[in-house]
Amino acid sequence: MRVTQGTFSFLPDLTDAQITSQIEYCLKNGWALSVEYTDDPHPRNTYWDMFGMPMFDLKDAAGILREVNACRETFPNHYVKVNAFDATRGTESLRLSFIVGRPEKEPGFGLTRQEAAGRQVHYTTRSYATDRPAGERY
Amino acid sequence: MKQIGARTAAPADRYKAGVLKYADMGYWDAKYQPKETDVLALFRITPQDGVDPAEAAAAVAGESSTATWTVVWTDRLTACDRYRAKAYKVEPVPGARGQYFAYIAYDLDLFEPGSIANLSASIIGNVFGFKPLKALRLEDMRFPVAYVKTFAGPPTGIVVERERLDKFGRPLLGATVKPKLGLSSKNYGRVVYEALQGGLDFTKDDENINSQPFMHWRDRFLYCMEAVNRAQAATGEVKGHYLNVTAATMEDMYERADFAKELGSVIVMIDLVIGYTAIQSMSRWARKNDVILHLHRAGHGTYTRQKTHGVSFRVIAKWMRLAGVDHLHAGTVVGKLEGDPNTVQGYYNVLRETRNEVDLQRGIFFEQDWAGLNSVMPVASGGIHAGQMHQLLHYLGEDSVLQFGGGTIGHPMGIAAGATANRVALEAMVLARNEGRDIWNEGPDILTKAARHCTPLQAALDTWRDVTFDYTSTDTPDFVPTPTAA
Repeated sequence: MRVTQGTFSFLPDLTDAQITSQIEYCLKNGWALSVEYTDDPHPRNTYWDMFGMPMFDLKDAAGILREVNACRETFPNHYVKVNAFDATRGTESLRLSFIVGRPEKEPGFGLTRQEAAGRQVHYTTRSYATDRPAGERY
Repeated sequence: MKQIGARTAAPADRYKAGVLKYADMGYWDAKYQPKETDVLALFRITPQDGVDPAEAAAAVAGESSTATWTVVWTDRLTACDRYRAKAYKVEPVPGARGQYFAYIAYDLDLFEPGSIANLSASIIGNVFGFKPLKALRLEDMRFPVAYVKTFAGPPTGIVVERERLDKFGRPLLGATVKPKLGLSSKNYGRVVYEALQGGLDFTKDDENINSQPFMHWRDRFLYCMEAVNRAQAATGEVKGHYLNVTAATMEDMYERADFAKELGSVIVMIDLVIGYTAIQSMSRWARKNDVILHLHRAGHGTYTRQKTHGVSFRVIAKWMRLAGVDHLHAGTVVGKLEGDPNTVQGYYNVLRETRNEVDLQRGIFFEQDWAGLNSVMPVASGGIHAGQMHQLLHYLGEDSVLQFGGGTIGHPMGIAAGATANRVALEAMVLARNEGRDIWNEGPDILTKAARHCTPLQAALDTWRDVTFDYTSTDTPDFVPTPTAA
């Protein structure tokens, strides 16, 4: 399966040139870029690990791409995403977030059903990869 | 025209039993300077032949505040000058003979804090049936910050909704399950599963899916949540289905909403026809339970569409932002339902901006400071398809939900393929826009290229590319030539 979180997961994997264009768009809007990675892609895993601090003061797309690539090289079998943060009042949140790296094999998720009263089912979404400890998953 | 105060300065005359003109009773004051704390309303009035426009405006001010048809001495037991609404400006509507814009100011103390029911009972209560007017339309309102702050507003808001769903940088995608009526719960859930695992973020009950003989609400909720959870596991994304909890009584609605929450649904849905008080109650419920609240504007077309009489949807949008909903259907421009581009953008701005500036071209007559109230996610639904993606993104921007019902479920390769086609078209268009491409002109080309790696998108384009709903809009701005979407 292919985890389709992020803004562009339904498109073919972005090239470095395409990633650079998106970074330039974010910089033009005054947003701060950051890079995050994880080997726990559960849909509700909000806190991926930060690959350094958000780059509030780095306004150079090539420099940011270097950070992206450094993260991808350090964690070749993790999910890696680029975030753009907008500190404008009324937003103060992400404006763009797209995956730029993923494990070669994505085993996906199982759904555990616990039958309950009144035909209710309690669901648990479980990533097959997280059966193993962090760092040994992909 | 007499000024306010002149008549009341001589109370012995003013309060003599009998009938006075509304303007003479103190409801017209051309010199009145609206206070920062006043509620302002703009009406389009069409007086009966021979009725002076200023007197008609004064009558609207009177009937929507303290007046009755005759003088009453009991006014003198109150600070009546303060409680009288004041019509302070009347001007002819450009290009519309016999119609006038009437500006009216209301003192803040005329309204109960935090109550749309009270606000609307004043502003659109009796006055719309008033005989001296042929027609009356409430075009726009301005709420002072002091009044805005008496409302809790949207329980979730666009920003927090996106954080909860972990979806940024693009419009969200939805679809209404079709056929609207008649599916059993099991078959209904099938449509939900296919659409969500194919790539949509949300699916939706239709406005008239409640609890009918063919599908009991409880059964629908159970099957839909099976579909939502299956789709989440299949994609790794957070998914949702708007479970419509609209019912005959608040007790029923609370029961259904509680069940939806218990099942883990991120969102519930209500219809505008449940009424303002019920909407505010559901807003409180949603805030308490951390559930996104979707509002379908069922019924609004009966009073929002015609330009001469009724209430503009931009006023309904403002009321609903105050009342506190997270999603509101606000038009598509290009789809099957009424919607001039500028007018619809005006609604979107009302729902999304932290502050609205005067924008006559988009029908915004007043500045409005939303004072930190959350923004509402506008929903575009009705007769839209993947081939229009560049137009939808151009007109509606990225903080919106694009709902392709027929445009997903009617796909020749099936529902999941229809969903994939929409998602690929959307992501390709956002990517191109961010790259600085001119999507308005290059849109069709961008879609054609994206379809090369996506057979379902090619099939969608082949099926629907030329489908448009190109009719002249009814509800158009008064201040510019009125382009209609192609």
